[in-house]
Amino acid sequence: MSDVIDRPMLDQEKTAATRLKIIDCDIHPSIHAHSDLNEFLPKRWQQHLKEYGSHLRTPYIGTTPYPRSSPLIARRDAWPPTGGVPGSDLDFMRKQHLDPFDVEFGILQVLDLFIFSQQNLEFGAAIQRAINDWQLAFWAHRDPRLKASILVGQDGSDLGLAEIERCAKTGEYIQINVSPRANEPLGRRRYWPIYERAQELDLPLGIHVGGYGGHAPTGGGWPSYYCEEHQSNAHTVASNLTSLVLEGVPERFPKLKIVFIEGGFGWIPATMWRMDQHFERFRSEVPHLKRRPSEYVKQHFWFTTQPIDEPDEARHLRQLIEWVGIDRLLFSSDYPHWDYDDARYAFKTPLTEAERRKIFNSNARAVYKF
Amino acid sequence: MARHIVARTSEIPAGGNKVFGLEGRDIVVFHVNGEFFALLNRCPHEGAPLEKAACVARLTSPEPGIYHRDRVGEMLRCPWHGWEFDIRNGQSWFDPNRFRIRSYPVAVESGAELQKGPYVAETFPVHIEDNYVIVEV
Repeated sequence: MSDVIDRPMLDQEKTAATRLKIIDCDIHPSIHAHSDLNEFLPKRWQQHLKEYGSHLRTPYIGTTPYPRSSPLIARRDAWPPTGGVPGSDLDFMRKQHLDPFDVEFGILQVLDLFIFSQQNLEFGAAIQRAINDWQLAFWAHRDPRLKASILVGQDGSDLGLAEIERCAKTGEYIQINVSPRANEPLGRRRYWPIYERAQELDLPLGIHVGGYGGHAPTGGGWPSYYCEEHQSNAHTVASNLTSLVLEGVPERFPKLKIVFIEGGFGWIPATMWRMDQHFERFRSEVPHLKRRPSEYVKQHFWFTTQPIDEPDEARHLRQLIEWVGIDRLLFSSDYPHWDYDDARYAFKTPLTEAERRKIFNSNARAVYKF
Repeated sequence: MARHIVARTSEIPAGGNKVFGLEGRDIVVFHVNGEFFALLNRCPHEGAPLEKAACVARLTSPEPGIYHRDRVGEMLRCPWHGWEFDIRNGQSWFDPNRFRIRSYPVAVESGAELQKGPYVAETFPVHIEDNYVIVEV
């Protein structure tokens, strides 16, 4: 049977799609020009950026290691007509995404300047501070739908903690973002001070895939193709989820909420099954765990939906959603990137109205307390 | 099928395209290598606007390390997820039996031919040297 789409989009479809206001947990704003950061970046670091640029923990200098599918990993239709790069023009973002999809809240995820991968930790911290301020001035203060995250590099944890304090005082940030590709797996004790503070402040910990931490992005080494590297996003999330659970982070910080962003969710059921199976056999190795690993996953972790998995049979997606748990999923579009998910068509399986409401709105509302 | 005169050939530049609203649908007409192709302006995957698609070549490989490039400009690459379709018939390149874009017959006819017919009520000066793009919907 051929999936020919030969009908116009009906007005009633548009109405149905937009009747439910959407909370989009992954929108990428871009810096129009580095000079936009000048007002937030001390002269010393402006000069550093100009003279030395970024030094990253990857073997590739001055470029991304993989071709990224399309320029700036963006949708071809997301280049603003006024010039600038995709994601850099608020008016165009409103027109192309926020307004037509009736986005009630959109959570900003900044990837510019390899923010988490800077080798010079002090420069990295200065860039993080500048971008945290820029998120408010250029986005959240100009459109109340858009919400900023406190970006901190966890490998300079004292700098990160200071930044959390500085930003948290404003009351304007809705989560604390750390990198999925730090120097060590995320469950390691060296990162606990950040988790402790996140719990105290009742701010979810957001972990968006991407960047390079200095290690090969897969357990098998450096891949050959972008196609291959893109697969590693899911593996990275899976290994960090495993690390956080097995090192006892949710056991130690029972009120901490952790959101994995852009890792998809198809891999979660098997990861939980396997962790539980191993736990039954090796629980004396991890006696600090009081519950089965899957129970921690189902209480402390949330996952954004993009890039959604597309099994050949729609009922398999349905099963995946049920296995992960309908209350664990938060809709995300990844606007304006090339693997963007359209809220109307991404779920190629029937959802009840109550399920749609949870995935597209109320789950995120509960996690982020909108 | 109704025939619609949508444009003069000169109005759609080589390598470019133009969208027309025909019978309630947005149809995009591409001008590639001197030919015109009409498709529904919507990717069957998640609905991306195909007017922003790239017209790329077909890339084939009989084995790793050996690549052939042909039919330059005749594969339509969706602006979002990069799904590729044959611009001649809308069939997807990766799974032609399951996914295709609705395509429409296109003709280019001269003004002189279009002017013929039984319904000429009044005569006006016609630039019969022009060619027109006609889409059947």
